[in-house]
Amino acid sequence: MNQLINSIGNWVDERLPVTDFWKKHISEYYAPKNFNLWYFFGSLSMLVLANQLLTGIFLTMHYKPGAETAFASVEYIMRDVEWGWLIRYMHSTGASLFFVVVYLHMFRALMYGSYQKPREIVWILGVTIYLILMAESFMGYVLPWGQMSYWGAQVIISLFGAVPYVGEALVEWIRGDYFVADATLNRFFALHVVALPLVLVGLVVLHLAALHEVGSNNPEGVDIKAKKDSAGRPLDGIPFHPYYTIKDIFGVGVFLFLAAFIVFFAPEFGGKFLKPDNFVQANPLVTPDHIPPVWYFTPFYAILQAVPDKLLGVILMGVSVLILYLVPWLDRSPVRSIRYRSWPSKVALGIFVIAFIRLGMLGLSQDSSTFELRLWTFVYFAFFILMPIWTRLESTKPVPERVPSL
Amino acid sequence: MSETEPLASVQTPADPSRRRLLGAATGVVGAVGVGAATWPFLATLRPSDKAKVIGAPVEVYIGSLEPGQMTRVQWRGQTIGIMRRTETMLAQLPAMTDRLRDPGSETVSQQPAYAQNEYRSIRPDILVLNVHCTHLGCIPRVIPEVGAQPFDDDWKGGFFCPCHRSMFDLAGRVYNGVPAVLNLLVPPYSFADDEHVVIGIDPEGAV
Repeated sequence: MNQLINSIGNWVDERLPVTDFWKKHISEYYAPKNFNLWYFFGSLSMLVLANQLLTGIFLTMHYKPGAETAFASVEYIMRDVEWGWLIRYMHSTGASLFFVVVYLHMFRALMYGSYQKPREIVWILGVTIYLILMAESFMGYVLPWGQMSYWGAQVIISLFGAVPYVGEALVEWIRGDYFVADATLNRFFALHVVALPLVLVGLVVLHLAALHEVGSNNPEGVDIKAKKDSAGRPLDGIPFHPYYTIKDIFGVGVFLFLAAFIVFFAPEFGGKFLKPDNFVQANPLVTPDHIPPVWYFTPFYAILQAVPDKLLGVILMGVSVLILYLVPWLDRSPVRSIRYRSWPSKVALGIFVIAFIRLGMLGLSQDSSTFELRLWTFVYFAFFILMPIWTRLESTKPVPERVPSL
Repeated sequence: MSETEPLASVQTPADPSRRRLLGAATGVVGAVGVGAATWPFLATLRPSDKAKVIGAPVEVYIGSLEPGQMTRVQWRGQTIGIMRRTETMLAQLPAMTDRLRDPGSETVSQQPAYAQNEYRSIRPDILVLNVHCTHLGCIPRVIPEVGAQPFDDDWKGGFFCPCHRSMFDLAGRVYNGVPAVLNLLVPPYSFADDEHVVIGIDPEGAV
């Protein structure tokens, strides 16, 4: 029996390098032995992506895109389809949790300098995934065709109207009608369900391919490839399988525990994940009193609000996301990890996190003080613009050659 | 893994059997969890509550059905014919035997056990049939009159399918030598009272 399995395995391997692939990316991919809690969020993002794809496919089997049918079909899923409520809440909760784990994943990279040479492309691909994810979630939010879907789409699409000269024509082209209508919903459905998921999965493959080429960073920022044993294996590396597969499964367990609690007991999360207004069917004649974006967009929405000019506001909001691409070159520090930097880096990162959270809170409310909006917008950009200065000037501790033992 | 020497960074387990047990236990619990999580996904594909309501049993009033008359209702997208047969019609049925393919209704899939009898019905007079032809699903015409027809010189009354000339008698039994090979289907049904037929529910106590 074993012989049979082996010979089938060999037959396949001679034609398709399955074993090589498994070794290169899993069983002989040597990751630093000192990963901590922050290293759960990469694999968790993949888990949430898988959840979104799987639940999304099943939702598509019952959802009917179209201004006349969309809202009713979502309610049909919630009420009539067996377990439909569960699949729908797994998808809607998954969207928010996707951003939770992605934000923590990005914070980890900022903290340990994971974007520094030679991981610039890993970072660039990651930021691109984040951008596509924003588009994907925005379009997904439109599909239930509730009031928030409708008016959120109205607000976001009209931002493109700020483009000089061609703005209005551009907005009309995006909507495919003179207002947000059936045509808009249908193209968002196509993009949300087919186009952007394909792009996302492709980018994730590239993100991992780039990562496995250069190897994972670690909380110490030590280059583990510098010291290898006689077999060419990093002395401070352990094979991803079984060591990190086991660790990640534990992370998955804890994550699913929390996610299941939200899905079963607080799927709307107090109006943060699904807004009450979105349980009312879209009505082009009635604007809700307040149209805040979903929580994961609010920091950027706050930056938009901080600027009194429409075009400048849109530009600043765009720049606030795109500036992430420049981080590998803005950071001039000779060390990666925050553990070997001094107080300016620690304070700057701390203040940046506060600014980001505070902007998120301000963007959620409709009567935030303009002064505060501008203050935290200023702090947000100052973090990036001043980064080359403090990272060059601050003193750093020497990074050890090997990962220190605990 | 085929390494000759163990990795410097990896400790070998003190008690491998303990690790095996924990691994196996984790695997089993995980498999149960995955199995349970699979169920909702597969269950969403079953008929929804809406489809179930549409597919619910249909109650039909037959008090006004004249002898020899047939009425049609929709049940689960199928046309169900309900006919009140006359004594003459019923008297014809035993004489049909040598022209029929399955006179004794021995193909069990074509009727519930309680309709597997001479008249293919619970009450002899009331015939309840899924009137879609068992050949390709057309709806045969009801021709209750006895006498020569263009398609049959010795017609005793029954169903004639205009699509491919299949013929059935007034119990829905298929003729020999026609494209259809199965008797017309008798759906599950029962009587709520003397004047109401319920399509889709077996009589109480029926298997």
